[in-house]
Amino acid sequence: MNKKKNNWVVLSLLLLVIFIGGWQLFTAVFKNLPGPAPVAKTAWFFLSDPFYDNGPNDKGIGTLALYSIGRLSVGFLAGSLVAISLGVVLGLNQTLYKAVNPYIQVLRAISPIAWMPLLLYSVQNSNLTALLVVFMASVWPTLANTAFGVSNIKKDYISVSNILQMHPVSKVFKVILPGAGPTIVAGLRISMGSAWVAIVPAEALLGSLGLGYFVWNEWNNLSLTSVIFAILIIGIVGVLIDQLFNALARRLAYVD
Amino acid sequence: MCIHCKDKNDISSCSSSLGNAFDADVSLEHCSVSDTSSGPSMGLQTHEDVIDRAIENAVVKAVFGGSDVSRRNFMKLVGSSTAMAVLSSVFPMEAAKAWAKDAPGPLEKKDLKIGFIPITCATPIIMAEPMKLYEKHGLTGTKVVKAAGWAMIRDWAVANQVDCAHMLSPMPLAMTIGAGSTATPFYMPAIENINGQAITLHVKHKAVKEPKDMKGFTFAVPFDYSMHNMLLRYYLAEGGVDPDKDVKIRVLPPPEMVANLKAENVDGYLSPDPFNQRAVYEGVGFIFKLTKELWEGHPCCAFAASKQFATEMPNTFKAALMTIVDATFYSHKPENRKAIAKAISPRNYLNQPEEVVEQVLTGVFPDGLGQTRNEPDRIDFNPFPWNSMAVWILTQMKRWGYIKGDVNYKQIAEDVFLASECGEAMKKLGYPVPPTTYEKHVIMGKVFDPEKPEEYLKTFSISRS
Repeated sequence: MNKKKNNWVVLSLLLLVIFIGGWQLFTAVFKNLPGPAPVAKTAWFFLSDPFYDNGPNDKGIGTLALYSIGRLSVGFLAGSLVAISLGVVLGLNQTLYKAVNPYIQVLRAISPIAWMPLLLYSVQNSNLTALLVVFMASVWPTLANTAFGVSNIKKDYISVSNILQMHPVSKVFKVILPGAGPTIVAGLRISMGSAWVAIVPAEALLGSLGLGYFVWNEWNNLSLTSVIFAILIIGIVGVLIDQLFNALARRLAYVD
Repeated sequence: MCIHCKDKNDISSCSSSLGNAFDADVSLEHCSVSDTSSGPSMGLQTHEDVIDRAIENAVVKAVFGGSDVSRRNFMKLVGSSTAMAVLSSVFPMEAAKAWAKDAPGPLEKKDLKIGFIPITCATPIIMAEPMKLYEKHGLTGTKVVKAAGWAMIRDWAVANQVDCAHMLSPMPLAMTIGAGSTATPFYMPAIENINGQAITLHVKHKAVKEPKDMKGFTFAVPFDYSMHNMLLRYYLAEGGVDPDKDVKIRVLPPPEMVANLKAENVDGYLSPDPFNQRAVYEGVGFIFKLTKELWEGHPCCAFAASKQFATEMPNTFKAALMTIVDATFYSHKPENRKAIAKAISPRNYLNQPEEVVEQVLTGVFPDGLGQTRNEPDRIDFNPFPWNSMAVWILTQMKRWGYIKGDVNYKQIAEDVFLASECGEAMKKLGYPVPPTTYEKHVIMGKVFDPEKPEEYLKTFSISRS
């Protein structure tokens, strides 16, 4: 039993070995791309001192990751608050929901980066623009999911709360939100994913300190090893954030 | 000095013409009878107070056309503070006062943020930070902030996210007249580098000798409103190649030029260094022509600030200009170039191999064709913003259809290229100042006369104007 349970770990490690080996082979043929060894060396260089500070244009990779995560958290929290409140309102009012839904779907289809020039032009501040890009990326999936989740709560739950004559506010917090909880968290998870995807180009295009800035600054020096290293870091941070939501989803799950 | 007064050395005793212009009871006539009653010094404690007052009075006198009676009536009517506010709103009183003083007044701000693009053109702006020149001129805590592209640095400057910025010399002109962006008045008190650009071609084009061999090429330039675009177009057109029809010219951020050349997405580019030399270093390109071979001493990048910044913080603006002029002349000296290359190559600034930056700054470089060339003035540094250069840029912007209609060449040139302010700073630092702000320039053997821009435009057979 235990053996079977750990099979995936072995397979996963095997895949990693195959990947690195393939990468090594690939770069042995196409010599203009760096192989795993120089990337590892670069990774060691940056990771051995992750919080150095050589002025406003050169900070350690740890500091830069914190900048990105901070920007992500603020924009995401603001976006989620707006999305969940609006979503509850829409979910409780079917007519309004049907009327607004087409617009949500249109807005949802727009890449958050596409908003960037418009936002930059109107707010005239690149840091605030980066935050708003994250905000835009976070709002729509959560909004759509919340509205869907709230409108699909079992009618019985709502009826019971009505019979008990619950105060509308406690109805929202005790019945509606927990009822729609898993759907909302699924929406939040998608939102977080799209926000993390948007933040890298936003930082690169706006010159705001963060992982996106690091990618651009290293590209400026045609340093592909650093770019590959940054890609790995972006991926790993993304996975860690996703794990947080996984844990949250497990806590909020319930059986009807 | 007031010739009616006895003591010619004591500035405060000669106070008749320095009476408070905003006081209705005071005459500004020289040594008139009413003057003696108003006391000699009128509270003007220092040399600076005297200059302040002199400037205020000169402006007030000019406004009232020299009629002291109508000035006094006006002051009685509206009160002195209102009059001062009204006049200040139409005339940059504070700026004029700051310029008139020899010693700069207290700095309104010391820790400036100055935007730059990581290219060797920005050498003086960048090196002034690690080599402590901002501190030398009182701007303690000033930081240079790296921007990813020209549109970004323009937006930063317009939105006041940076106080001053490194720009391409045509940019402040274009921004002031609102070409390619909303109109925001900008000042360009100093040029950074002269020369220092090159046409780089892919190594497969080693057989190319002249513009007509380049028909069908795709070129890259860093920005529409750049000397790079203007010079490339000029060069191609002189060789009978229409830059809008016979070739493609794309805008690319300089760092992406080398990668695009490598991928053969472009055949070549006219770009700032170190990206010409970097293409040689990477083995993908060769230096076809240095821009100094097209126009010896052409302007390229510049130091710019919004008119708003310059008027709100006149002393700081002046200190920043002093720093830049100082840094530009420091960079001009060949013996300093190696140390500068070392200072500006790290990740915080250019983020380039020091070897490449040194090849650019010292002018001893491999050209990618197997030769080592020695061109000490491959890039050079000279801050003086000739108004005639601005006129030339405007002629080319009109030639290629970036601006249309009648252009008030000299007016725009003088509004944006602050030659006299730069001259002032040069004088203070002990450098000779050119006696005029217009001169003739020779571009590819053809003389440009700034007095006749429209006639000059008519001499081009390939033109969109």
